Amino acid sequence: MTTETGSLAGLEAEALAALEAAADDAALDRWRAEWLGRQDGRVTVLLRGIREVAPDERAAYGAAVNALKQALEARLEARRQALKRAELERLAREGAIDVTLPGRPQPLGRLHPITRTLRDCLDAFRAMGFRVAEGPEVEWDRYNFDAARIPEDHPARDMWDTIWVNTLIDGKRRMLLRTHTTPNQIRVMERTPQPPVRVVVPGKCYRQEATDATHEWMLTQIEGLAVDEGVRMSDLKGVLYEWARAMFGTDRRIIFHHSYFPFVEPGVEMAIDCFICRGDGRQCHTCHGTGWIEILGAGMVHPEIIDNAGYDASRVTGFAFGIGVERVAMLRWGIEDIRHFYSNDLRFLGQF
Amino acid sequence: MKISLNWLREYVDVRLPIDELARRVTDAVAEVEGWRVIGEMWDPALVRVAKVVAVDPHPNADRLRLATVDTGERTVQVVCGAPNLAVGQTVAFASEGARLFDGHTGEPTTLKLRPIRGVESAGMVLSERELGLSDEHEGILVLPEGTPVGVPLADVLGDVILEVSTWANRADLLGMVGFAREVAALTGGVLREPSREFTASGPAVDGLVSVSIEAPDLCRRFTASVIEGITVGPSPAWMQERLRKAGMRPINNVVDITNYVMLETGQPLHAFDYDLVRGKRIVARRARPGERLVTLDGVEREFDGEMLLICDGEGPVGVAGVMGGGNSEVNEGTTRVLLEVANFRAGSIRRTSTLLKLRTEASLRFEKGLGPEMAMYAQQRALHLFETVCGGRIASGIVDVYPGKEPPRTIVLEAARIAQVLGIDVPVEDVRRILGDLGFLVHHVPPAKYSVQVPSWRPDVEIPDDLVEEIGRIYGYDRLPATMLRGTLPAPEANPVMSLRERLRDLAVALGFQEVINYTLTTREKLALVTDPLDTVRRNPLGVVNPVAAQHAYLRTSLRASVLESYAANRRQAEGPLRLFEIGFEYLPVEGDLPIERPVLCAVLGGSREGRWHVGGGDALDFFDAKGAVEAMLGALGVRGTFTAAEEHGLLPGHTAKFGVGSEMAGIVGQVHPETAAAFDIEEPVFLFEVWVEDLVRHLPERPPYQALSRYPAVRMDLAVVVDASVPAGAVLELARSHRSQGVTTRAELFDEYRGPGVPEGKKSLALRLWFRADDRTLTDEEALKVRQGLLARLGREFGAELRG
Repeated sequence: MTTETGSLAGLEAEALAALEAAADDAALDRWRAEWLGRQDGRVTVLLRGIREVAPDERAAYGAAVNALKQALEARLEARRQALKRAELERLAREGAIDVTLPGRPQPLGRLHPITRTLRDCLDAFRAMGFRVAEGPEVEWDRYNFDAARIPEDHPARDMWDTIWVNTLIDGKRRMLLRTHTTPNQIRVMERTPQPPVRVVVPGKCYRQEATDATHEWMLTQIEGLAVDEGVRMSDLKGVLYEWARAMFGTDRRIIFHHSYFPFVEPGVEMAIDCFICRGDGRQCHTCHGTGWIEILGAGMVHPEIIDNAGYDASRVTGFAFGIGVERVAMLRWGIEDIRHFYSNDLRFLGQF
Repeated sequence: MKISLNWLREYVDVRLPIDELARRVTDAVAEVEGWRVIGEMWDPALVRVAKVVAVDPHPNADRLRLATVDTGERTVQVVCGAPNLAVGQTVAFASEGARLFDGHTGEPTTLKLRPIRGVESAGMVLSERELGLSDEHEGILVLPEGTPVGVPLADVLGDVILEVSTWANRADLLGMVGFAREVAALTGGVLREPSREFTASGPAVDGLVSVSIEAPDLCRRFTASVIEGITVGPSPAWMQERLRKAGMRPINNVVDITNYVMLETGQPLHAFDYDLVRGKRIVARRARPGERLVTLDGVEREFDGEMLLICDGEGPVGVAGVMGGGNSEVNEGTTRVLLEVANFRAGSIRRTSTLLKLRTEASLRFEKGLGPEMAMYAQQRALHLFETVCGGRIASGIVDVYPGKEPPRTIVLEAARIAQVLGIDVPVEDVRRILGDLGFLVHHVPPAKYSVQVPSWRPDVEIPDDLVEEIGRIYGYDRLPATMLRGTLPAPEANPVMSLRERLRDLAVALGFQEVINYTLTTREKLALVTDPLDTVRRNPLGVVNPVAAQHAYLRTSLRASVLESYAANRRQAEGPLRLFEIGFEYLPVEGDLPIERPVLCAVLGGSREGRWHVGGGDALDFFDAKGAVEAMLGALGVRGTFTAAEEHGLLPGHTAKFGVGSEMAGIVGQVHPETAAAFDIEEPVFLFEVWVEDLVRHLPERPPYQALSRYPAVRMDLAVVVDASVPAGAVLELARSHRSQGVTTRAELFDEYRGPGVPEGKKSLALRLWFRADDRTLTDEEALKVRQGLLARLGREFGAELRG
């Protein structure tokens, strides 16, 4: 028995020494086959040899060999883990990569800055219950001018230099590239039999104008229109205030200046406080030292336009505004030249 | 309009600092674009008023003279080259160290004295240019007689000039008096109107001239007076100074008075040489078509039958409200003046000046709509000046033909309307004060109405809301709270095209495409490169009459040209992959109606795909990158496209497919024909696809075709078949995908296409990976094999496919 136990201890020492010498997965597999293999592993053979042990010693013998088997299996697993850990440590240490190498380029698309700005504006108005509609870019002069109370031979037409479409209808030129989104005030009310109307209309507009850093002949506007009983100029102020804070920061302030547009009465221009110089820059290029940045035109819809829509102008009032999206984008990102937008240079577009 | 602060102070006290005044005016009246301080740099000690007491020749130079100048403290000698230098003049004098502008370069400089042609000079007698007043450098500035000698020049000539941009409906703001009235209302000041008193000592005007109006619809009022005993000469220095500050050039006393009164009142006036008026009568009538007149600017003008002319007994002497004729112009020999002050219909003047391309100070005022009462006001004011400035003898009476006389307009304003429009109540006393200060006559009709009579100079005020604006702007919009809209929300308008367009935009970006936005106007030539010659709609784009440039003369009927141009321009800047897209309209002409604006997504891509490094890179993007992008977009929208080979102008045959969804074509994908690409300066293979938004939207499911996930695993099998080389792989794949058998669905992907050894000539092998799945059970391998066998049999029947051995 003692001999038996002693030889088992010697066997274990031999097995462990061999395990210690196994340095990779293959060697471990070989070691396992030699010692614990199902067929002729040396411990397996010992177990099988229990039949030759005297009956009264069998129990003790079996327990001892089983204990040896379990011990070897545990040591094998520990050795496997240790080797794996050592391999990972080696990978981290010797196989370290230069993490400052550039990453692999991925295709990345971007929206045009005008699209982004337009969407941000529309989102701000949607949050205030405005619907989004659209209207044609090639427009009748009646919608663009006459219905907006800008008759021919009125100097207000100078405010909108027009690109006319080269088509004669009944001997007259009546089609033009809309100079503003204002005709959609008329179009939306025409198809809305009764108020309320609460809509923003985005789209391209065109001006017969020489281009420079602040003037572009193709531009993007958002027309806003809210018509209902009880719509007040203070609501116009509230809505534009909310929009200005959404676009230019929550600490923005706004101010209305008197202005004139034939389709509104009263008419105003809205300015926001200059967030570049915060009002104390005589040399500020953004606000020219005034502390205020003119940003859009607005006003209360002229009662004649309300009447023409078939609404009762004594009860129904409305406000309208027109936002130049390029101007908003230039201000929010500090873009110095409006001509960048439609030159589509990726060096520009890739920055937004 | 340029507003001199000194001049303004003649009509109203201004106590506010200039920046505060500018701010208040911008808030409530008209935009102050800026201001210029005159004399800002004149040192009070170094730039002062002096008097020329003697003029002597320069000993060494013919063109220079020596002026002896009394500076108030001492008498000094200076060298001066000005031809207009004369004894007795009051002038601007600078001592050494004064900050001035260089007379030649116009740059700021500091006066340093040195001998000129050997004669010491103690200072400098200054021109307007050297003082920064104007570009005038022909002679020295001569100050009004009686200007006190020795005082700082800034005290007598210093001023602030406001640059004010006024509105298209406010002719009254183009006069100093009108502007001053606004300042008075804004600051609580009192308006002081200029004197209109004069003595009529001449003969009765009726005996001197008769006036008739033959077009009372265009000429609402015509007043005329005659001034005798005039000597034409320079106007007084104070008047010249004000004209110059307003940006006008002094001409002579007669013309200057008409301009001065126009600047003061906003009402244009015109002076004729009375002795050149033939027949001593004036007729305001429509021109006879083709009638001609040489106007004051020396240009011969031709008129149409809707233009109003001012004529004498024989023919035209002026274009009403625009410009006088050269044939009756006041000249050096004029002694008698016929003064016209009239009122014309605004639209008519606007039309005439536009057609003649002749915008004048007069037409700019008339076209904005002047009140007819201003004619007599300005007439009287001018006569006052003719009497006091020119010493003229004024004929008794003023001819006044006034067919357009209307009673003053009265508007009833409900007090509640103010709150209804503005959102706040304005106290009665504020309403009365504001409107009263602006010249309205206000009667408060208790409890809640105002009866308001509109002053004659405010024809723009027509309805109660116009009064609300007057009240609101002066009361101050800063007093309005910021409130939120109340009431019910309007019903939403469904706009599936717009929604799809925005979804496509997001998908294109997600697939790595950069959005571009191009001008929508291009040239016929560029459109011809990308549209089919037989496509009569796209080959006949709408043109514009007055393009901003020749390359923007036609509304695009295809986006392809613009996006290819963007591609080419960016290819010059960068190597590597380029993926661009634009969503915009094709403008398709319709006879007699507005064009159809058809929304299209157009994308182009090309160059080498992203590699390991940021330069160089992998293999080139190809047709299947373009098609893959289309498939990805369609897949995200819940549909699968059917692609069929197609031919399209500008795209390479054999490398182009149209794709449809349902029964409709919804777009195209292909390689841009190398010749077309070359026409856009693109030398590499470039691929293009379009999605036709309106065609696609009709075939999109309302919601994604959602299916609950099966709890049972799929059985994966591969199947390689051999078919004729001409069989489209897409058809084989589509059939496999549609294969169903006893509750078993098939997912199929193609993973190889092979031609070559092992496959007969004229055939190809297609390798499919298949996943079979049942919703209600785990499939056995035997079941799956049976389904695959069924699929193979169908492929055999449909396409002659055989199992690849």
